[in-house]
Parts: sequence; C-alpha cells; structure tokens
Amino acid sequence: MDRNRLQHQAASMRRSLFDQGYLDEPFIQLEELQDDASPNFVQEIVTLFYTDSARLIQNIEHALNSRPIDFDKLDDYMHRFKGSSSSIGAKKVMNECTVFREYCSAENAEGCFRSFQQVKQDHAILRRKLEVYLQMVRQAAVSQTT
Amino acid sequence: MNSSSGKTYMSTSNSSAGWKAGDAAADQFPVGLRVLVVDDDPTCLMILEKMLRTCLYEVTKCNRAETALSMLRENKSGFDVVISDVHMPDMDGFKLLEHIGLEMDLPVIMMSADDGKHVVMKGVTHGACDYLIKPVRIEALKNIWQHVVRKRKNEWKDFEQSGSVEEGDRQLKQSEEADYSSSANEGNWKSSKRRKDDEDETDDRDDTSSLKKPRVVWSVELHQQFVAAVNQLGIDKAVPKKILELMNVPGLTRENVASHLQKYRLYLRRLSGVSQHPSNLNNSFMSPQEATFGPLSSLNGLDLQTLAATGQLPAQSLVTLQAAGLGRPTGKSGIPMPLVDQRNIFSFENPKLRFGDGQQHVNNNKQMNLLHGIPTTMEPKQLAGLHHGAQSMGNMNMQVASHGSQSSQNNPLLMQMAQPQVRGQMLNDTSLGHPPRLLSPMGQPILSNGIAANVSTRNGIQENIRAPSYNPVSQTSSMLNFPMNHAAELPGNSFPLGSTPGISSLTPKVAFQEDVNSDIKGSVGFLPSYDIFNDLNQHKPQNWELQNVGMTLDASQHSNSLQGNLNHAQSVLVQQGFPSGQVNGQNRSATVVSKAMFSSGDSTGHVNVQNGNQHLNSLLVDSTVRIKSETPTILYPDDFGQEDLMSALLKQQDAIAPAEHEFDFDGYSLDNIPV
Repeated sequence: MDRNRLQHQAASMRRSLFDQGYLDEPFIQLEELQDDASPNFVQEIVTLFYTDSARLIQNIEHALNSRPIDFDKLDDYMHRFKGSSSSIGAKKVMNECTVFREYCSAENAEGCFRSFQQVKQDHAILRRKLEVYLQMVRQAAVSQTT
Repeated sequence: MNSSSGKTYMSTSNSSAGWKAGDAAADQFPVGLRVLVVDDDPTCLMILEKMLRTCLYEVTKCNRAETALSMLRENKSGFDVVISDVHMPDMDGFKLLEHIGLEMDLPVIMMSADDGKHVVMKGVTHGACDYLIKPVRIEALKNIWQHVVRKRKNEWKDFEQSGSVEEGDRQLKQSEEADYSSSANEGNWKSSKRRKDDEDETDDRDDTSSLKKPRVVWSVELHQQFVAAVNQLGIDKAVPKKILELMNVPGLTRENVASHLQKYRLYLRRLSGVSQHPSNLNNSFMSPQEATFGPLSSLNGLDLQTLAATGQLPAQSLVTLQAAGLGRPTGKSGIPMPLVDQRNIFSFENPKLRFGDGQQHVNNNKQMNLLHGIPTTMEPKQLAGLHHGAQSMGNMNMQVASHGSQSSQNNPLLMQMAQPQVRGQMLNDTSLGHPPRLLSPMGQPILSNGIAANVSTRNGIQENIRAPSYNPVSQTSSMLNFPMNHAAELPGNSFPLGSTPGISSLTPKVAFQEDVNSDIKGSVGFLPSYDIFNDLNQHKPQNWELQNVGMTLDASQHSNSLQGNLNHAQSVLVQQGFPSGQVNGQNRSATVVSKAMFSSGDSTGHVNVQNGNQHLNSLLVDSTVRIKSETPTILYPDDFGQEDLMSALLKQQDAIAPAEHEFDFDGYSLDNIPV
C-alpha cells in the first residue's frame, strides 16, 4: 500500500478512537511528546501501560476474589489503575474505573464485580484498537510513497 | 553552566539578584532545572520524565519514595524541585513531602489522580508548594520553576528583613569579581573587619551596592536569647518590643525581632501540627542554652524534623538544638541523635527513641572521631546540639559545632552522627552523580548527614580531607559546618526555627568562625579544606544550585566571598550552596563549599559549611557528581547562598581575626588538623 493511503487509514482510525470515546486528550499529549529523540514514544508508553495495567488487573481480580473483600485495598488498586489509564488518555477505561470506585466506597461487591468486568472489557478493546492503530502508523512510516 | 570549573564568576551576580546574568546558567533558567520525580506508576513516570525533558529540565526519576529520599539525602543540593505522587506503596507521598521539607527544604509538588478537596488540602497543610491533578499536562510542568524561584525569593526576603548587613553582601560584592580568591579575600577581609557584630545592624547597606540589604544574622546565641525572651514572656504575650527589651542586644531592632518572631511562630505551628512532640520543641527552644538542650535532644528526632519541615529550622535553632543536644547529654546524647536519627526519623519511627540510641552511640563515636588529636572541647552542649540537628542535621550540627570551640568536635560528631548510614556512602560514594549542590536548606541537616556520614566513618577525616577526592573535604565540611554556624553568628542562624530555610543556611556560616578557628586547629578534617577551598577559589562555585533555598544562595555567595576569606571558611561552609561546581567539575559545589568552609573557618581550615558541607560532602563524595551537563544547576544559588555566606563569612572574619587574608589554604591546613 502506498504511504498516503496508509497514513490516511491511520488517521481515520485515530479519529474514530477519539470520536468513540476510547481516547482522550492526554493521548494527544503523548503524540506531541514523540519526537526525534523518542521516535516510538507513543508505542513505548502504550506497551508500558498494558504491561503494568495487566499486573494491576490481576491484583484487583485477586482482591475481588478473596473473602472478605478488602474494599480499601480494592479502591487503592483501582485508584492506581485509573491514574495510569488517565495518563494515556484511556477515556472509557477511566470512566469505568470511576464507577467501580463508587461501588467500592459503597462496599457493593456485586457492583464492583460488574463494573470490573466492564473495565476489563474496555481495557481489552482499547488494547486491540491501539495495536491496530499503531501498526498502521508504523506501516505508514516505513512505506514508500508511490 | 555554572558548575563549570574554573569559572570564577561566582554567583555574585546570581546571588544578589538571584539570577543575574552573570551566571550563564541563570540566564538560561529554568533550563536545566533539576527535577526529581517520584511515582510508583511506571507509565506516569515515563511520561512525566519525557515531558520534563521536553521542558529542558534535568530529570531524575524514581519509583520509590525511599529511594528518592536517599537520593536527596546523598545529594542535598542535587535537585531544585521534587514532584511526587501522593499514593505510593512504600511511603505516603505526604510523608515524603514532610521529610523533604524538613531535611532538604526543597519545593515539593504533589500530584495525584485524586482531586478531592480533602487530599488537596492535605497537600497544602503538609507544605506542598503545588498540587497537580493527573493526568498532568506538560503546560503544568513548564511552570514549576516558579516554585523554586518563589522559595528562594522568600528566603531572601526573610534575610533581608532581619536587617543588618550581611557579610554575605560584602562578599557578594567580592564575588562579583572574576577572580574570587584574591580580590575576594581582600574585600572580605575588609568587610569583615568592619563588621563588629553580626547582629549589629551596621549600615552596610551602603556597601552592598547590588547586594541585598543587611540583615541580622540570627546566630545560635542570638536565637537562644530570643527564645529565652519569648519563653519568659510566654509565647502568647511575646511581642517584639518586649522581646527586644529582654534580649537587650545592641543593634537589634524591633523589626528584626518581629520578623524573627514571625518565623518562629510559624515554626512552632508547624511543629505542633507535624511533629508529634510539639511540646518538645518548645522545650528545646525554651532553654536557650544547654539547659534546653536536654529537651531538645528528645526532640531532636522529631523536632528537627518538624523544624525542618516547617521550614526552616533556622540554622541557629538547629545549632542550638544541637548544642543543646551536645551540651547536654540528656540521655540522648544529643548530637548523635540528630544525625543518626535523621534517617530514623524519616523512617517514621519514633525519633525519640532513636535519638537516645543514636546519641549515645554517637557520642561515643564522636569522641573517637572527634579528633584524633584534636583537643576539641566539644562541649556536651554542642554535642547535644548536634544531635538535635538530626533533622536539620546539617544545620544543627553545624551550629552546634560552632558553639564553641567545639567546632572541631562538632564536626566529628556531626559527622558521626549525621548519618551513620550515610557515612559510608557519603564518603566513598562519589558516584552520586548529582551535581553537588552546596546549598542545603538551612534547617536541613543536610550537611550533617552527609558530613556526618563522612566524618564519622572516618576518623581520619583528615585523611579524607586530604584526599583529593573531595570526599574528605566533604567531611570536613560537615564538621566545619557545625562549628561554623555556631561560633560566629551564623547568618544563617537567623531563624533556624524554620522560618525560612534560607535563613538557616546562613547561620551556619557565621557562627562558625570563632569557634571554628579555635577548635579547628585540632580538628581533623580541616586540612582537606584547603584543597577544596583552593579549588573553590579557582572555580568559584558556580553551582549554586538552588536547592536549598536560603542556603544555597548564601552558600554561593559566601563561597565566593569565602574564597577570599578562607578563614571564614565557615561562612562558606554554611552556605552550602557554594558553587562547588568548580571543583573538578565534579563536586563542584561540594568542593567549593568545602573550601569555603575551610578558608573562612580559620587557619584551621575548619570549614563548617554546615549546610553547604553537606552538600559538599555529598558533592565531594560524588566527586563525579554528575554535574549534570544539562543543568546549569547553579541556577539560583547566588541569591541566597552568597549573601548568607557572605554574612557568615563576614562574621566569621571578624570573629576569626582574619589571620590570613589570603586564601591560601595552605596556611590552614594543616596545623590544625591533627591527623
């Protein structure tokens, strides 16, 4: 595929990510931070985020499955997860984290469970989309202009 | 920037105005601002680092609070500002904030995804200078330099309020010269000679053309008098006028007392709010002299911290505390405590306990280290003081040391106490890599830690000192620091209590002289100072890293001037901020400071650059300190450090009887250091 087309596709996907609320302004900040000194900055951050958040998700799962549920701990994990997500602009994930924390402070275990499922889902969807998007960007960057 | 070695332009230009054009680094400010960012979230940390780099700051990232604290302790003047997350697994961000405030007195910016009012309020009450909500935008980071400037500015202001002429001013002037050593020396000598009493409000104003107006240097003694007066009147009824009357110090104005009182009150408030033993503080402050030290000792751990936290443990107080600690081995072996405890304290343990342990322990050490052959008469008081200094270790120790002749003693003590833990590191760890920032916040025991560490580990401080590596110097510095402050009126002492960190820095300087000289002779570690100092002279401390707000500035200033006044090394020492950049480029600050210290100190070369020493030590240790290339590091030093240094120096000079007007360190050396 030629470069223009690839770039066009990437841009289009990017737009939709924003339009659909998966990504938010902080992601743009990441993109702006990318420069010659860090040409793959966005990719690096996204990778780092997913590695780290996988760990957090595991912790939350574990806390949710333990009895009795330690809501304070849960809240702490989720707070961190939320902070992390917000730093890359993962909007949907972040919003769901807020919902989760509300259930958590109400010590509503069921609400927490449901909400957490949603968090995981949003998290996974975003991950896939970002993978595709970043791949497009990479391809466009290395492609030749015909 | 400035740390470049060989540059003589000392921060004078920087000092007075803060960031004068003289200093290349200053011109580029805030480029090269040294930021330490602490966050357990790796994603955020990486993003922040990138953002800060984009702002052209020099960034060091850290994912654990404990690591950050040790980094800061090892290199007190290595950073200008700290950004920390609130929620961290190993330590609460607010605790870290307190520690930093107490020990290093750096501006700290908190950040969190939590924007609840309660949390933000906590940040405010704990002393954060700003609170950022995550996700942090780069725009928010672009302006963090303002906090550094503001802090320094406030410190200066505090100094100025004090009123009398500062040696520092004079020195500042001196430092303006390109060739610091010679001209500075002469200039300083003259100035110092003119100064009669640190506390006197001379009309040096005229002298300080571009420098700040004279201000009173709240030496340890003076502060103790102040505290005694306040206690006598009762804190509630203590009004400046009455305090002034009770103190009966010629030359002191009501305004001086008023501003000092203000700081003192703030300090107390912070103590009660932060410290667990607010009462202790009062006690410590209560008994101006040894008597109070007793209680101080106990406080040491806490108080110092609190003090530090509050701001600024005025150098004097620190010294006093230390002295108290020293003087009175109330069980807590005062001195050691502060140093030792420092770590402990910050480990959130009961400082009191530590103190006790530390003290005794330290005391012993002290004895040993003290001077191998130096017949220092470390009065218990001083020791005590040193202990107290735990928190402000740097300051306190210094101050205490100054108290009297103990300087030499103090030093060793301090060294020992300062941080047993640090010791090994400081001395040997030259790889700190952080550009030596001489300026250590005044109240901050910075010096002590570093210095103490160095010192203690080595009995032979001398050896260290001598060693080219500036490690020894550092040590000495620490030692010097102590005495420095206390002997002459350390300008820094002005209000150890925490009013302004800057002030504290000054204190160490001045006091030192007198005591230092005498004691230093025997003191061990002074020798090295020469080396350092020499370097200093040559290099002219460029790194006036802002770091310690008041301290640095003064330090820088002083260092510059100190160069001229080797004898007044003390002053230099104090300032920490001493632009050590010079020295080998590595420990720039450290070296410089150390030198300064030595020079002013007196022939003995005891340079008590208390606060500065710490830096020095760290600096020295680091020798390789990374003088971060990007950072001009000495961004702000001049303002504070220099003046303070100058004042301190001036004072010292007077006190010390400028035997050597020249900065020929050789003179110092070695006589005193009983190796």
